[in-house]
Amino acid sequence: MKLREACKLSKEELKSLQEELLQKAKESDLNAYIGFERSEIGVPILIKDNIQVKNWPITCASKILQGYIAPYNATVIEKLKVKGFAPMGRANMDEFAMGSTTESSFYGPTKNPHDTTRVPGGSSGGSAAAVAAGLAIAALGSDTGGSIRQPASYCGVVGFKPTYGKVSRYGLSAYASSLDQIGPITQDVKDAALLYDMIAGYDEKDSTSANIAHTSIYKNLDSSQKYTIAVIDNYVEAASEDVKEAMQKAIKALKEAGHTIIHKNLLNTKYDIATYYIIATAEAATNLGRYDGVRYGYRAEGAKNSMELFFKTRSEGFGDEVKRRILLGNFVLSSGYYDAYYIKAQKVRHLIKEEYNKIFAKADLILSPIAPSVAPKLGQLQDPLTMYKSDMYTLAINLVGLPAISLPIMKNKENLPVGLQLIGKAFNEQPIFNAALSLEERVNYKG
Amino acid sequence: MFEVVIGLEVHVQLNTKSKLFCSCSTEFAAKPNSNTCPVCLALPGALPVVNEEAVIKAMRFGYAIDAKVNEVSRFDRKSYFYPDSPMSYQITQFYKPILENGKIEITSKDGGTKFVTIKEAHLEADAGKSIHEGAISKVDLNRAGTPLLEIVSGPDMRSSDEAVEYLKKLHSLVRYLDISDANMQEGSFRCDVNVSIRPKGQKEFGTRVEIKNINSFRFVKQAIEYEVERQIEAYEDGVYEEEVWQETRLFDSNKGITKSMRGKEDSADYRYFPDPDLRPLIVTQAMIEKAKEIPELPDEKCKRYMSELKLKEYDAKVITAQKELAHFFEVMLEEKIDAKNAAAWLINELLGRLNKLGLDISQSVVDAKTLAKLISKIEDGTISGKGAKDVLDYMIEHEEFDIDAIIEKLGLKQLSDDSAILALIDEVLAKNKDKVNEYKEGKEKLFGFFVGQVMKASKGSANPKKVNELLKQRLSS
Repeated sequence: MKLREACKLSKEELKSLQEELLQKAKESDLNAYIGFERSEIGVPILIKDNIQVKNWPITCASKILQGYIAPYNATVIEKLKVKGFAPMGRANMDEFAMGSTTESSFYGPTKNPHDTTRVPGGSSGGSAAAVAAGLAIAALGSDTGGSIRQPASYCGVVGFKPTYGKVSRYGLSAYASSLDQIGPITQDVKDAALLYDMIAGYDEKDSTSANIAHTSIYKNLDSSQKYTIAVIDNYVEAASEDVKEAMQKAIKALKEAGHTIIHKNLLNTKYDIATYYIIATAEAATNLGRYDGVRYGYRAEGAKNSMELFFKTRSEGFGDEVKRRILLGNFVLSSGYYDAYYIKAQKVRHLIKEEYNKIFAKADLILSPIAPSVAPKLGQLQDPLTMYKSDMYTLAINLVGLPAISLPIMKNKENLPVGLQLIGKAFNEQPIFNAALSLEERVNYKG
Repeated sequence: MFEVVIGLEVHVQLNTKSKLFCSCSTEFAAKPNSNTCPVCLALPGALPVVNEEAVIKAMRFGYAIDAKVNEVSRFDRKSYFYPDSPMSYQITQFYKPILENGKIEITSKDGGTKFVTIKEAHLEADAGKSIHEGAISKVDLNRAGTPLLEIVSGPDMRSSDEAVEYLKKLHSLVRYLDISDANMQEGSFRCDVNVSIRPKGQKEFGTRVEIKNINSFRFVKQAIEYEVERQIEAYEDGVYEEEVWQETRLFDSNKGITKSMRGKEDSADYRYFPDPDLRPLIVTQAMIEKAKEIPELPDEKCKRYMSELKLKEYDAKVITAQKELAHFFEVMLEEKIDAKNAAAWLINELLGRLNKLGLDISQSVVDAKTLAKLISKIEDGTISGKGAKDVLDYMIEHEEFDIDAIIEKLGLKQLSDDSAILALIDEVLAKNKDKVNEYKEGKEKLFGFFVGQVMKASKGSANPKKVNELLKQRLSS
């Protein structure tokens, strides 16, 4: 059942839908849900474990937040409730949204419903896998460097990363404040537009929220609109054969739909990767400082003084990937290195933005890969650097703050989904959805 | 000979209704952690939003000291782990403060005046409090997130007296501007001192030592004097390099000495960087207008008291140094009494008595109107100056303020009736005919004798002014 169909159900029907979904989720061995909490009766939305829902345990899939019960609702949750939606279930994720596979979760990895020996992607892997497997109608995820778009692509569902500032971050456990955005993960483009409309808009509790009224995307969906769409040739060259094939397929479909395709190049993605991992880890190192065992969550036993309490709690409470990023973040901010790393990364961030501006002077949208290949096997991305590199196509979008949608195009020979992303101009998101809808209508992807 | 170089960093707690980054009250709460919310508890997902009232108060200080108020400033994260610092970083303004380049005029060492530059002043959030009870430590976050304005002076002071003079001036200023309660004991006006020495004539500064968190003017003076002595001694003993290094020391007020806080190698790295949760702070026209609503400040007031009210410089300075005192004085003047009388009575009589009791003007049981009324009783001749002092003592002792009743009770009413005084005078002159003759022959010194006799005859109740007048009339006739 699609989200827009569920919206038409009566209270009784919603109640039985909720029960049916929970039953299925409990029986599933995908490990997409890590909690089966529910609120009142309403259209059920699965919530990533880093978005605060009042009276729920919210743990960011980390040991360090075991025992913590959120005493307040995130702004997006408040908005959903007002509209008759009901948060239901907590979705698995990479610990503190740091990862590309959902394997760094304290609760163990989520499996890809298309092949349970493979990862669902990450960090919103639980959200994407649940929607793909029919365990959730729709879900909320968060995207800091591709964490909505990449798992959506690996699982064959739609994911949208809004323009930075469009969705309030109030109540989203911060990973990297200047990059994080909450967004929808849904079965198709229309549902994505619908759910996005529900959570978008200015929030005075988030100083980085854009004070611009939100115009409904869903009501204005129009797949007959024609756009100029840029393809980044040097991105495509670096991708796997599956992705190249999906690109060809999508270009053909877009042309048939009447869009104009132009060809462009962008900076080598190695700059995106370096820049992202400096800025994101610098912000994360400080954002995660609050998990110190003093006020809530996990606290190590046997500390003799406060410094020891911090050391032990954090050493025992955080997983390896989180520790790695905290260490990296503190390193790049250290005196003597700050200019060489952090300041330089901010400069490159501006440069990347200018590169995108140049393309957007000529094009309305950009069509680009999401990941270099299909979902990897569980345990395949053991080497952190290899994992960081797999984010090459998604990171720049967060660095620039652009909106992008991920949608499935085809399946490869192993029956694994391949998705692509359409990237738009900041605060101009209707064209993304319109073009995505026209593409979806033509590629005829079957989950 | 050595020159002492002092700079001060003062943390002023701004008296806003709510905290710097959330809407929690800043009022004192007895119950620990009751004035808290997800933001100041640093719960997952909570975000800071700047309190405009704090920004306006900071700006108001900027305009009062002629500083540059930056149209765009920024907030940065200063990272350090401490149990009462819930975010593990303090939000402060490290790279781009809201205020730069102001100045405050003080009385210098040689008695003249000089300007102390204010290098910068920036907004930041206060930490909570740690409470240690034996083996258990507790954290109270009621204060966490309270707005502070850190005011950083240039290295412009050359003695402990100048440093105290500057602090007093600053203290008075923030209270006049109503941006802080500036209560040193309660920690809403906290001071760090930077001290160095250099041989007279040397251009380069010596090694700067910081002394943290000193909570009274007296301790500031003591701490500086101890530290200067320590540094000079090290210099003269040829161990300056070994004993004096750039470090933070604590002042032990019991022993009157400064002590090293941490070892030489162990310097903190705060890893400052711009807070990505906050956009640059942009000052709007509306904020500028509000910030420029500045009341009459002590220096202006002092000059006006001297020119308009003809007060002596000393009196004007004493009264204007404290906002409450100036206010008290101005309420007294509403009773249409002579300004010089008002100043004299306020400073010499009321403050003198309060000082003895260890009280300040805000704790005075006698209010401004009552004191003024008492003075008007002298001015209209109802009682003598001495009588008024008795009334004032009585009021303070008994906490009764009905002046007429007290005058009655103490029998202080002066005899001002001309005929009654003349009758007394005639009586005295009749008794001392020989002296009257001597006087008339030129022994004018005797005038005092007659006055004394009349006063004595009136049992001290005669209005001495009248006695003088009438006696002169009688003797010249």
